[in-house]
Amino acid sequence: MSRASFYIPLGVFVLILSMGYVGFDLGARNDLPSALINKPFPNFNARLLNDPEQTVTREQLLGRPTLVNVWATWCPTCLSEHEQLMLIAANTDVQLIGVNYKDRPEKALQWLAQFGNPYDLVLDDRDGLLGIEMGVYGAPETFLLDANGHVVYKRVGDINPRIWRAELAPRLKALGVAITDAAEQESKDS
Amino acid sequence: MIPELGNFALALAGALALGGAVLGLYGPRQPVLQHGVLSMVFGQWGFSLIAFAALVYAFAVDDFSVAYVANQSNTLLPWYYKISATWGGHEGSFLLWILIMGTWMLAFSLRSSQFPPHFATRVMGTLSLLNLGFICFALFTSNPFLRLIPLTPAEGADLNPLLQDFGLIVHPPLLYAGYVGLAVPFAMAVAALLEGRIDATWARWCRTWTNMAWAFLTCGIALGSWWAYYELGWGGWWFWDPVENASFMPWLAATALVHSLSVTENRGTFKSWTVLLAITAFSFSLLGAFIVRSGVLTSVHSFAVDPERGMYILIFLALVVGGSLALYAARAGQNTAKVGYELLSREFFMLINNVILVVSLAVVLWGTLAPIGYEALSGGRISIGTPFFNAFFVPLGLLLLGALAWLPVLNWKRTRVEVFTSVYQALGIAGVLGGLVWFALDPASLLVAGAVALALWVLLTHGRQLWLRWRKGSVPAAYLGMTLAHVGFALGTVGIAITSTQSVESDVRMTPQSSTELAGKQLIFNGIVEVQGPNYAAKQGLFEVIDGDRRYQLRPEKRQYFAGGNTMTEAAIAPGLFADTYVSLGEPLEGDAWAVRAHYKPLVRWVWLGALLMAFGGVLAVFDKRYVRQRRRLQAPNAESVTA
Repeated sequence: MSRASFYIPLGVFVLILSMGYVGFDLGARNDLPSALINKPFPNFNARLLNDPEQTVTREQLLGRPTLVNVWATWCPTCLSEHEQLMLIAANTDVQLIGVNYKDRPEKALQWLAQFGNPYDLVLDDRDGLLGIEMGVYGAPETFLLDANGHVVYKRVGDINPRIWRAELAPRLKALGVAITDAAEQESKDS
Repeated sequence: MIPELGNFALALAGALALGGAVLGLYGPRQPVLQHGVLSMVFGQWGFSLIAFAALVYAFAVDDFSVAYVANQSNTLLPWYYKISATWGGHEGSFLLWILIMGTWMLAFSLRSSQFPPHFATRVMGTLSLLNLGFICFALFTSNPFLRLIPLTPAEGADLNPLLQDFGLIVHPPLLYAGYVGLAVPFAMAVAALLEGRIDATWARWCRTWTNMAWAFLTCGIALGSWWAYYELGWGGWWFWDPVENASFMPWLAATALVHSLSVTENRGTFKSWTVLLAITAFSFSLLGAFIVRSGVLTSVHSFAVDPERGMYILIFLALVVGGSLALYAARAGQNTAKVGYELLSREFFMLINNVILVVSLAVVLWGTLAPIGYEALSGGRISIGTPFFNAFFVPLGLLLLGALAWLPVLNWKRTRVEVFTSVYQALGIAGVLGGLVWFALDPASLLVAGAVALALWVLLTHGRQLWLRWRKGSVPAAYLGMTLAHVGFALGTVGIAITSTQSVESDVRMTPQSSTELAGKQLIFNGIVEVQGPNYAAKQGLFEVIDGDRRYQLRPEKRQYFAGGNTMTEAAIAPGLFADTYVSLGEPLEGDAWAVRAHYKPLVRWVWLGALLMAFGGVLAVFDKRYVRQRRRLQAPNAESVTA
């Protein structure tokens, strides 16, 4: 056996490790198709983050266009899109629902207290079961639902000013959501 | 106050681990530093114990200001589940992992006088380095002592009802003892590579520790399988779930290591291979931890997942495994030995054993990681399930049994052909009996008959050789242990083959006072009563089984837990050495009717009994005279003749 063959285990390990890293990093991908596009958003029954006694079902979201934003405190990208979400909340009348995904409620509440709460409701999905139903790859992800609860658009990754202008704002307008000029102005500046 | 004390103790243990690692690996030949390392190992254990006790205390007194306690416990929990809830979640179970690591290190340090001081010091230094990694992980990414102040909840969120069970009290400690125990042979392999000395003596030192860790791992896996069987309510005992695979992979590597060590000890060959297996076995323990705790794969064993933990473990894994494999690549080549042996020899059959086990390991690894790779490349999702694993494990298992049957008559180096007569005779008897089984059970399942015949063959050849040795009065503990472990493997295989093909499972709709037939027994449903548990309310089904002259009651439950609102199915099982009758309640249907799941599971107990026999055999072998004698000899003063 040549000396070089003793390096084979190391090579195999590096290969496996890189696969583990890729698996770990899947959340960063953005060209993922969603099985849910043009289909109804899944039924769910989730607890509210700030009031675990109360539960929310899919039916309660219907009747107006809704953005469902999957986020967690462990996700740095969620923090970077947070400002944009605050702008959306302030300048549009779209219903903004947060899904706090695989997170610890106390951490999540602290985050909202610190950075501001853009959401109308935040659902507590600490075990990630709702995330599985929604086909979430990783946080952040954002779903746009029409008033009937059908998914019309899905964004994997952050909502930044470019995405807002190019993809999200036109779709919201098409669904009849009122957007004040300030929102467009501010996102152009940033 | 007490949780802060625990946190402080954990930090102190970390500091001592750092000290032990630096001194142990930097100055293994200086007597002062050797003593320093020894006391630092004691300290790591002591402070881990204090930290763990502090967390147990927080659970015992319902201190919900500690976030982990608030997430895992509830005032209504019975006291024993409050204690076991300490390791019911990620943070606490990792603290238990650290305590067990400390305990293995303590055990090693208490025995360190058996080894040359510089070797023992290097081993303890390596173990301290690993422990440092574990403790930092706990302190920085999964601290169980974090407080919820001022948002202290009045009531805790409750322990997952699945985990409120005797199985959970003992399953994690045993399993972790196995996982972490593999760190000892790993550290011994690293120390041997550092010293450039791998020989038969090293293998002898390594064997006792490997056997103990392997036995714990075997028990832990068997217990997990038993728990899944009675607690999940599906009647299955192995699901090829990623987390099960995560425990099965180190087990396969450790099993290969147990055998390869035997060759290195007895014949001085397979040396670099043995060292590689020692590294591999522990690496798979760490990989298992990565899989379970990072959220790369989702499974029924979900911990609250936090990717920063996954990243930490991934980096730790890269350093530990990459580092040790690099050391292996640089040093192992110096230790090649040319020791000849023929095809009909123990060495060659051990090689067969190792090849089969390593191939099995590769299959499980592939089945576990391929979904990730596929997702990364194509963006789609696949799941690899039972058919894939069966396609490999049925032939591999049978092959392993077939090779095992020859073992008792094989000598090291070379075996005369004449001694195989008894093996052929045993094969004849086993073949006839297997044929009868085939005829009696189901002429379609040829593979089952094959498994039974091969297992019988193993039992016959092992039994004969044990009997011959017994008459000569020479049955060392190691030999008896080996025989028991092999018998356990054969019985376990029979159990697996029979229960997975001959079980009867019927899902039926039953109204009160109706009855159904299950594998020749009559199952009568007498209705539902409401019962109250300490922290749940349950609907209890009253079933009666009439089996010839025997009549007995079965009372499966559907439990509604107060705290989380979870519903749990509690199966009722009439256990038997030869068959279990298993009834669980499904969903209530219209009127008084219920969906009822009734199973008849022949020989299902043999799966776990086989595993327990294997573990028992492994432990028994440790008490062989040659290992005990070695201990005594080296404990005598001035026994330092083996210094390299």
